[in-house]
Amino acid sequence: MKRFDKERLLLGFAGPALALLVAILLSAVVLLASGKNPIEPFRLMIDYAQNVDIQVLIINQWGTYYLAALAVAIGFRMNLFNIGVDGQYRFAAMVSALVGAKIALPGPLHIFVIVITAMFVGAFWAGIAGILKTTRGVSEVVSTIMLNSIATGLIAWLTLPAQFGVQPEGSNNLTTGMIPESGWFPGLKVNDLAGDIYGFVFVAAGLGIVYWFVLNRTRFGFDLRATGASESAAAASGVDAKRMVLTSMLISGAVAGLAGMPVLLGETHTYSQSFPVGVGFTGITIALLGRNNPVGIALAALLIAFLDKASTALDYEGYPKEIATIMQGLIVISVVVSYETVRRYGLRRQQSRVGEELAAAAKNNREEVSV
Amino acid sequence: MRRVTHIAVAATAAATLALTAAGCGDSSSTSGSGGSEGGKDGGKGAALAFDIGGRGDQSFNDAAYAGLERAKKELGDKGKYFEPTEGESDADKVQRLSELARAGHNPVIGVGFVYSKAISEVSKKYPKTTFGIVDDAEAKGKNVANMLFHEEQASYLAGVAAATTSKSKTVGFVGGVETTLIKKFEAGYVQGVKDTDPKVKVVKKYLTQPPDFSGFAKPDLGKEAAGGQLDQKADVIYHAAGGAGTGVIEAAAGAGKWAIGVDSDQYQQKTLAKYKDKILTSATKNVSGAVFNLIKSVKDGKPQSGEIRYDLKQGGVALTDTNPAYTKMTDVVKAVDKAKAAIDSGKITVKDKP
Repeated sequence: MKRFDKERLLLGFAGPALALLVAILLSAVVLLASGKNPIEPFRLMIDYAQNVDIQVLIINQWGTYYLAALAVAIGFRMNLFNIGVDGQYRFAAMVSALVGAKIALPGPLHIFVIVITAMFVGAFWAGIAGILKTTRGVSEVVSTIMLNSIATGLIAWLTLPAQFGVQPEGSNNLTTGMIPESGWFPGLKVNDLAGDIYGFVFVAAGLGIVYWFVLNRTRFGFDLRATGASESAAAASGVDAKRMVLTSMLISGAVAGLAGMPVLLGETHTYSQSFPVGVGFTGITIALLGRNNPVGIALAALLIAFLDKASTALDYEGYPKEIATIMQGLIVISVVVSYETVRRYGLRRQQSRVGEELAAAAKNNREEVSV
Repeated sequence: MRRVTHIAVAATAAATLALTAAGCGDSSSTSGSGGSEGGKDGGKGAALAFDIGGRGDQSFNDAAYAGLERAKKELGDKGKYFEPTEGESDADKVQRLSELARAGHNPVIGVGFVYSKAISEVSKKYPKTTFGIVDDAEAKGKNVANMLFHEEQASYLAGVAAATTSKSKTVGFVGGVETTLIKKFEAGYVQGVKDTDPKVKVVKKYLTQPPDFSGFAKPDLGKEAAGGQLDQKADVIYHAAGGAGTGVIEAAAGAGKWAIGVDSDQYQQKTLAKYKDKILTSATKNVSGAVFNLIKSVKDGKPQSGEIRYDLKQGGVALTDTNPAYTKMTDVVKAVDKAKAAIDSGKITVKDKP
């Protein structure tokens, strides 16, 4: 990208713009087909997102989604499909919540221990899939899906009162006990109504910069991208591919472990049956949409968080809020299709232009020769 | 070359998204200031907030909805209901309930224990609004009504009925999701069976573990579990599995064995008409009545608050006798009636934990 190419930039813009436009149009068609006003829902959602409390919700959700998507993206860059982000995230949140509730340390240290535990547990859970892949050639897609289920069972067992679970008086919920206040991550107070922006959201943003730096400015990042592009070529140039698989799986898992931290440290201070689920899968959508680019992921996470939170407005006005879910699906499909379409179009243009140049050059040559 | 294109596409993709987002922000802030503010037009009436997989579970969420529908019909309530999005946290629930209270909804009812934290927080901010929560006593407040059910008592009677009906001396229990709440059903049922005949074996199965709540929704899981219990010679199967329970009933009825329904009188459910002859009885839980009562109390200006316990004695939970095949088995009916009298008088205390 040293050479500034206007046409390429334009084509780059075309991909996501086309995708978003198609997604909105298709959603409007769905609304029309179900006999609803096709434009009103979008206006309602945008209006609703003007409220400060909704904006805080969007930003907080963004933090969780961003971390989950980064975890997925690290795998993607390596050609690894870590579907287990959800299990790693839940297991890490549960164990770190438990550890946090059991210990008492001065403020920053307490938080540090919880965060490190979460990273370690996430990495451990993903590492199982990594080891299975490097030693036995088990596809990480299969093993991580299975590990998701195993994590569910393990968490359910560990949070039983017979093990480590705590059942609050009068409640039907099971928790891991409350983390003492020294283990709460301070947030940024907006106002009484809207509540806090979780402090960990800023950590998430910082991690995006780290992700960019490691991937693009370090030897390790180069090795990772090289192995992702072609394992055999990377091996030929001296990269230990197996080691790279395991390392990136561990890092992906550690980041997945962090995804639970904004909510755990900023809001619930305990892991319970009402802890958010499905975050890892949304992370896959976001990583795809953001094309594994830290800025792209940030914007994609913002878009998805916006659709999630603003869609509440539809319920109040009698529109089915599932429109937002349909739109998320449509965005993913149109993104994949439009990126590919734009890429092919660009390739064809490039080929024909090169062809023309060659033809012109050949013509010039002939003319020179004839003269 | 290809990689460069990749990065270029990604970077510009990001930029475009940023631009479109900014564009949205611009247009909406101008229109937003003049336009109507979301949800503030004061549509009074009750508000029900469901949990994930709420409405349409053919179980207790639907029962709560039925209570709202009844209030709409009989009291002219303009109530609404709201569903969450996947992956949301307590903060979203707090926001939703606050929004509902601010818009003037009264009462605001959280269906399920997941609303506990949100209700205790929001009820303090809106002291003039009545809040209701089903299946939770943790959220406390002057303006909070905790609707609690003694499911274990009705389940005890289901156990008595199962043990006296069973010929193979083996009965089954299928729980939807292994939560504390569903374990209450199991505890009561097992105690009822054992008190009746200690030799009767109870085979138990939970379909899923939380946070996977599909065990309340997937009939195929119920069918499979019931099939396994039938193989183990169970001839009466009690389910506490919501929508997944239809699979249990289907499997049991298909094998010519008995099923015991849950939450509402499943003998009278239209979708189960094909199997109703084999639905021995149902252990009901009157969530719809509880929701209706709360809405009515607010309408009447005497809002309920504190713990409201629905038990066997006052009919909040019960065992139905709509199936003629059941009433024909006089020994079973007699045993159940005797057990009911013993629970009502306090002679038998039913455990709520297995």
